[in-house]
Amino acid sequence: MNVTRDFTGRARVHNPGLPPGQYDAGDDWPVLSAEVTPDLTAADWSFRVDGLVERPRAWDWDEARALPGSEYAGDIHCVTSWSKFGVRFGGVSLDAFLDVVRPLPTATHAVAYAHTGYTTNLPLADLTGGRAWIAFEYGGRPLPPEHGGPARLLVPHLYFWKSAKWIAGIRLLDHDEPGFWEQNGYHARGNPWREQRYAGD
Amino acid sequence: MTETSTPRTRFAVPGRIAVSNRAAARWQTATLTEIRRETPRAASFRFAVPAWAGHLPGQHLMLRLTAPDGYTAQRHYSISSAPDDSGHLELTLDHVDGGEVSGWFHTRARPGDEVAVRGPLSGFFAWPGDRPALLVGAGSGVVPLMSMVRLHRARGLTVPLRLLVSARSPEELIYAREYGAETLPVFTREAPPGVPVGRLAAAHLAPVLAERPAGGWEAYVCGSNAFAEHASRLLVAAGQPVDRIRIERFG
Ligand SMILES: Cc1cc2nc3c(=O)[nH]c(=O)nc-3n(C[C@H](O)[C@H](O)[C@H](O)COP(=O)(O)OP(=O)(O)OC[C@H]3O[C@@H](n4cnc5c(N)ncnc54)[C@H](O)[C@@H]3O)c2cc1C
Repeated sequence: MNVTRDFTGRARVHNPGLPPGQYDAGDDWPVLSAEVTPDLTAADWSFRVDGLVERPRAWDWDEARALPGSEYAGDIHCVTSWSKFGVRFGGVSLDAFLDVVRPLPTATHAVAYAHTGYTTNLPLADLTGGRAWIAFEYGGRPLPPEHGGPARLLVPHLYFWKSAKWIAGIRLLDHDEPGFWEQNGYHARGNPWREQRYAGD
Repeated sequence: MTETSTPRTRFAVPGRIAVSNRAAARWQTATLTEIRRETPRAASFRFAVPAWAGHLPGQHLMLRLTAPDGYTAQRHYSISSAPDDSGHLELTLDHVDGGEVSGWFHTRARPGDEVAVRGPLSGFFAWPGDRPALLVGAGSGVVPLMSMVRLHRARGLTVPLRLLVSARSPEELIYAREYGAETLPVFTREAPPGVPVGRLAAAHLAPVLAERPAGGWEAYVCGSNAFAEHASRLLVAAGQPVDRIRIERFG
């Protein structure tokens, strides 16, 4: 590692919650979508789970909101280097949806897709066991449109590009299939603690 | 493209994009060779990167500075130079108040300094020169768009290209000397005599959208998130298809 001449950097506090290469964004919540923020109302929103499942099904807003609520309180990390600590999302655990459709034993991966056409791939194991949510609220308020409202996927243990905004559905597969950013050179999994930013990391 | 079992992303990655994963994964040493002042707040930095794999206009890279105790700061920067600049590339940085990385560049950096870079990154915002391009940028958001304009010039391309660039004042307009007939500057605080002051509006976009080149415009919007939201909404309201608007948000 080459030291940059005359660069000392900011005063730093060691923060064990900060993955390598990340900084604490504090109150900021940067927006980094590649597409136009859609005009998507709760009435227009729907969420479908299909592919390698016993009973594919779709939920509209009222049906999804009628499922038992579940909160995520913790940290989030974006591949563009910011992290946010102690955030609170309200929604429904993805397990609640999967319990209804019943994944087949052959299902190993998933592709999450948005109402905008955005896609991202995940191992199924990253979506189960209380590690993923469909989130409707942030800090007790409806999720703002530029952050994926009315509903986004939330997979907080991976870089945030995996947490597809304006989530429209999840298709279960027996293989991994790169999504939008992954086709653009991003890492297939995106674990912030291993700094899996780009393919090859 | 192979058959996929999931809904295809409506955003096509433009043709002939070579995002070399191997190159993007590797940190390389970039040696600063030249600093050019653009405006009181922005300067261009030219680097020699001998093994650079090349890039397409619109792509960015990740840049890293390292302190003596091993602390690093990394940021993304768009590439402003056209491709075909073999072994060299240029960035243009705004001096952000109290900025850790841009501050180092504007107050410390001098030719001969070495920094680490990896890339090029993201084929999505790239423009290989194949389709009519409507470029809309504000502030340093014009940086990746300038790479497109420079490519268009350097290759003598005839495919239509228009640039709408928003700046606070003529003094803050980056690359002011380089613009030609393809560019319409919009000034938000202070303008030359006879030029109205105000932010980008439907009236600026209407004549360009009315040109309707064969195949339609591919729109590229770049700047702060607030500008990107404003400009992309104007484009949609003016009839530009949402899936033909590509956005790069600097944060
Ligand atoms: C794809 C992309 C392309 C870009 N291209 C350009 C370009 O061509 N030209 C250009 O001038 N800029 C560009 N930017 C913005 C650039 O990456 C930096 O944000 C900018 O230079 C400011 O960085 P800084 O270190 O000087 O300022 P800092 O103040 O250190 O950081 C700038 C912002 O990042 C956050 N931040 C980052 N690190 C820290 C930290 N350690 N502590 C606190 N806050 C931190 C802050 O929220 C702050 O608002 C681009 C951004 C992106 C995402």
